[in-house]
Amino acid sequence: MVHLTKRSHLSPKNALLIRLTGILLALLAVGIMFLFMGYEPFLVFGSMLKGSIGSAYNFKETVLRAIPLIIASFGISLAFRMKFWNIGAEGQIIMGAFAATYVALFMPGLPRFLVLPTMAAAALLVGGLWAFVTAVFKVRFGVNETIITLMMNYVALQWVTYLQYGPWRDPAALNFPKIANFKEAAILPKIFGIHIGWVIALVLAGALFYFIRHTAFGYEINVVGESTNTARYAGIHVGRVVLITVFLSGALCGLAGMLQVSGISETLTRDVGGGVGYTAIITAWLSSLSSPVIVVVSFFFAMLVQGGDYIQTAFNISASVAKILQAVILFFVLGSEFFVQYRLKWVSKEKEEGVR
Amino acid sequence: MTISFLMDLLTAGVQVGTILLFATIGEILTEKSGNLNLGVEGMMLMGAVVGFTTSLATASVTASILAAMLAGAFGALIYAFLTISLRTNQTVTGLALTIFGTGFASFAGQNLMGLRVPENVNHFFEPVIVPGLSAIPFFGPVLFRQNLFVYLGYLLCIVFGIYLNHTRPGLNLSMVGENPAAADAAGISVSRYKYVHVVAGGALCGLSGAYLSLAYIPNWQENVSAGRGWIAVALVIFSAWSPYRALFSAFLFGTLEILGVRLQKFDIPISPYFFDAIPYLATILILILATLGKKKRHGTPAALGLAYFREER
Amino acid sequence: MGYESENAQHFQQVLCKLDKDVWGRKMSETAQTLYVQMTGISKQFGDVAANEDVHLDVRSGEIHALLGENGAGKSTLMNMLAGIYNPDKGSIYIHGKRVQFHSPEDAIKAGIGMIHQHFKLVEVLSAADNIIGGQKGSFFIHRKKVRKEITTLMQRYGLEIDPEKRPVDMSVGEKQTLEILKVLYRGADILVMDEPTAVLTPQEAKKLFSIIRNMRDNGCAVIIITHKMQEVLEISDRVTVLRKGRTVQTVQTVESNQQLLTDLMVGHAVNLSISRPAVSQSGAVLSLANVSSYANDKRKLLDNISFDLHGGEILGIAGVANSGQKELCEAIAGLIKVQEGDIDMLGNKLIGMTPRSIARLGVSMSFVPEDRLGMGLVASMGIVDNMMLKNYRDRGRFFLNRKPASSRANHIVSQLDIMTPGILHPVKNLSGGNIQKVLLGREIASNPHVLITAYPVRGLDINASHNIYDLLNAQKKNGVGILFIGEDLDVLMAFCDRIMVLHAGKINGIVAAHDTTKEALGAMMSGVVIQKGEQYGSSDKA
Repeated sequence: MVHLTKRSHLSPKNALLIRLTGILLALLAVGIMFLFMGYEPFLVFGSMLKGSIGSAYNFKETVLRAIPLIIASFGISLAFRMKFWNIGAEGQIIMGAFAATYVALFMPGLPRFLVLPTMAAAALLVGGLWAFVTAVFKVRFGVNETIITLMMNYVALQWVTYLQYGPWRDPAALNFPKIANFKEAAILPKIFGIHIGWVIALVLAGALFYFIRHTAFGYEINVVGESTNTARYAGIHVGRVVLITVFLSGALCGLAGMLQVSGISETLTRDVGGGVGYTAIITAWLSSLSSPVIVVVSFFFAMLVQGGDYIQTAFNISASVAKILQAVILFFVLGSEFFVQYRLKWVSKEKEEGVR
Repeated sequence: MTISFLMDLLTAGVQVGTILLFATIGEILTEKSGNLNLGVEGMMLMGAVVGFTTSLATASVTASILAAMLAGAFGALIYAFLTISLRTNQTVTGLALTIFGTGFASFAGQNLMGLRVPENVNHFFEPVIVPGLSAIPFFGPVLFRQNLFVYLGYLLCIVFGIYLNHTRPGLNLSMVGENPAAADAAGISVSRYKYVHVVAGGALCGLSGAYLSLAYIPNWQENVSAGRGWIAVALVIFSAWSPYRALFSAFLFGTLEILGVRLQKFDIPISPYFFDAIPYLATILILILATLGKKKRHGTPAALGLAYFREER
Repeated sequence: MGYESENAQHFQQVLCKLDKDVWGRKMSETAQTLYVQMTGISKQFGDVAANEDVHLDVRSGEIHALLGENGAGKSTLMNMLAGIYNPDKGSIYIHGKRVQFHSPEDAIKAGIGMIHQHFKLVEVLSAADNIIGGQKGSFFIHRKKVRKEITTLMQRYGLEIDPEKRPVDMSVGEKQTLEILKVLYRGADILVMDEPTAVLTPQEAKKLFSIIRNMRDNGCAVIIITHKMQEVLEISDRVTVLRKGRTVQTVQTVESNQQLLTDLMVGHAVNLSISRPAVSQSGAVLSLANVSSYANDKRKLLDNISFDLHGGEILGIAGVANSGQKELCEAIAGLIKVQEGDIDMLGNKLIGMTPRSIARLGVSMSFVPEDRLGMGLVASMGIVDNMMLKNYRDRGRFFLNRKPASSRANHIVSQLDIMTPGILHPVKNLSGGNIQKVLLGREIASNPHVLITAYPVRGLDINASHNIYDLLNAQKKNGVGILFIGEDLDVLMAFCDRIMVLHAGKINGIVAAHDTTKEALGAMMSGVVIQKGEQYGSSDKA
């Protein structure tokens, strides 16, 4: 028989320890799955590690994967702080990428030095608007935002597919349905061999942390997230805070899309989202919506994805193992939160009988 | 538009709608217990891939369907354990389940790409004409010259409609979803009700996946559910948590999806990608309409999305 | 077995006949009379011992009061009897048989029916469905048969309710009747009622008492949890007093009196009286004229409300639950829309203003809402961040400045004696009394002209309540006009200068507090209109 009691206090060290145990148990669970499939778990995990940070090249690839994940997680964390369940990051990334591509390909008159800033601005704006629409429905009519934001992902995907196979198709690519490559002015510069997205991510991490803790608007976001009644009581215009914050949330995701087309693919494809928008939901939540933690967790998840790709070639295990691993880690860490909050007391059977 | 086109459209719409119907009823059961499970898409995919694999291995329809339902139930069990016993956030846990199910399906399905279900299994889903009823003008052929899955859908609607409205467990379930503390005080085991109905709901989502991969698209392809699980979640709201209304809304959506496909055959100067987006746009639209209309009509279980814990102090 | 005989058997159980052996077993003499025996009960919540070595026994045919302050452990003890919590230590005997409840279901089977202070009803299901929910029986529900059973039961006990009505459309009294029916339908012979009169008018309470006596006379054991002394003296046969989770003593009601019980309850001699200092009143600081407000569905929330609140006055507001108290507060504070009428505060028209624009007027209004953690404070933030809640944007600031908030937090903590590990500690982890002090402290610190307080002492123990009364009286002496929404008529009559009674969103009379009776207030609360002359007559406008 188990008795439950709420913990009155748990040191941050012990809380972290419980969460890390959760991650270890997740790895163990997936390890057992590998074992059943006939692979040596340590070997597989070892090569995932090697494939993600084992060499300078692999490390670079992992960082490239981490960048959009970090920035999209920032976006999601803003909306989640208000308990606005924006799961439309994927669509917002796609629309941001679309807007950036429009600037890159169809505004030839733009001075060279203005191309990248305009691309970024367009991506922020369009990604933000894509999310903003859902917030309008939510604030105006009280429509459940979860499903709407998700549906918008599919609409965005169909939109870019349409462009890729229709009006934006590059005639120079002959029969291959692809959109033209960007010119050099529309491609992100590199620092240490990695496009400057990583600098942007780190700067944003600091800025966001400060924004949430030390600005009036950040304070309002926190109050609204805690209780809309308290917010109303304090004279906060709840609807406006939600609208602005969701716009910012979508804008950051849009920026992630711009970094993808401008820094990685150098063109727009229907695969630009690549599931980052969904993974970012996990990373944002696992980081308790705190921006410095998001950087660390996102890097770890980028390692999983990069390592998953690596074992696909090394062991012929599907790269989707990474996805399973991510979900399982989330399951375990979500579950471990319970043990951070509550203490289990085992009451032995004999004692129980004795009471009886 | 001729009558035969319309009949053909509706007949196909009912077939596609049945995919949505199973998942919608499953999610109604789940939500009636006060749990919002956003893992429908994931459970459908798990059911689809497990059902498909089983059909290849056993060539047995029964085994494939049962296996698919077990897979869906297993996914729901993970969700149930986390949200009911460990009180995790329902939204995030449901999302995690969708991610897990998607990953699981593409992992398990990596070597299935392009394979077909065995002939005898496929044959099982050919239309069965109901004598008498199928002779009703117009609706007879649309509703009663269908495969067995469609009839199963009708049956489930009625069974669960009666279950929710006219039985003791159904009443108790409503109490759990509306006010778990009241249900608890009345001697109803809240956790047991939640577990049973969440898992049963998952089994129905698995069934939906099986129909998808065994009958509707008998060739394996990645992400065969294509967001239908999410549409089902929206249809629950549109149906105001009633299995009877679920039948109507699922068939409406099935028809909409087919309409897009059929209209592409005509030379309409509109891109086919627009038609592909119709179900998603329609979902957004009906959600807004359903929410606007909901002010008068109640239906949302009052404790939906909230964890219940008796010794909360 | 026909319907008739089945029913008869059912009621035998309901009537709790003493000579019958319900359990089909031979019982000893004590077991026949001693229905409930709890010995050495202990229960721990986290670090808090809610019950420690508690003893209680209740006989058949008695009304037993369980008396104690808020937080004395009464509800915890009864929740263990109802199977909602498990005791950590101790044993429970029901009808002389040792029991261990693992769920409310077990307790119901043993014949225990609990009526909670916060009703456990499903708002959107019919009364009949609420009654049969959780009951064992046939798989399919025969609603006609159920209805008949309920009607018969109501006739026996003189209760009345429409079985098809949903609680969402019921008055508080009807809801309580429904709760009683629920336990009677289950055939309970041990009834536990948690603060049953807290939300009733004195008239409704009288009716309830006669129902309870009726149940006692039928041989049931009735336990009433309460902290109201008059109630104990009026209805109970014996009283068990709890203090800080422990049993203090069980006494015969006829051998006790109010002062004795209070001293037992608090542990030291206390002065029960609440002071009403005489203060010379200034003119009106707040006037409402013909104020009406409608909900989205056109329902009237406030109906033609007019009154003046004077500086240096405490105006009490009485009324049964949901009579428009919350709406009145929120209308004045600018939180809900007012479609008709005028609100004037020291010459400023408040209609159409938001809380922020009211704050910019230069006159100050403070509001202590009913929902302290869900509206007045941000539960997960510390005292410092909660101090900023209403003025973090002063002078259009973009960046937060926590310095003034910190010093204010420190000031309030030391001035009001708030027990907290630190000013950054989340307020939700503080005790109820301390949470209220943080909220009231912040609202008083802005030197208001008008102070609106909704149920400011709800859930607080006697000492904490008196602290709050003293704080409010100090404000009154400073010339602040105070609106005090209360539920305990004794407190309202002792503490306020005037009392305004709300009924269904309307004012049903304003009377001088020293010059009225509980019965008069109760009549007004239940909608009986007082003669025209009296309506505003006794208010002493200075």
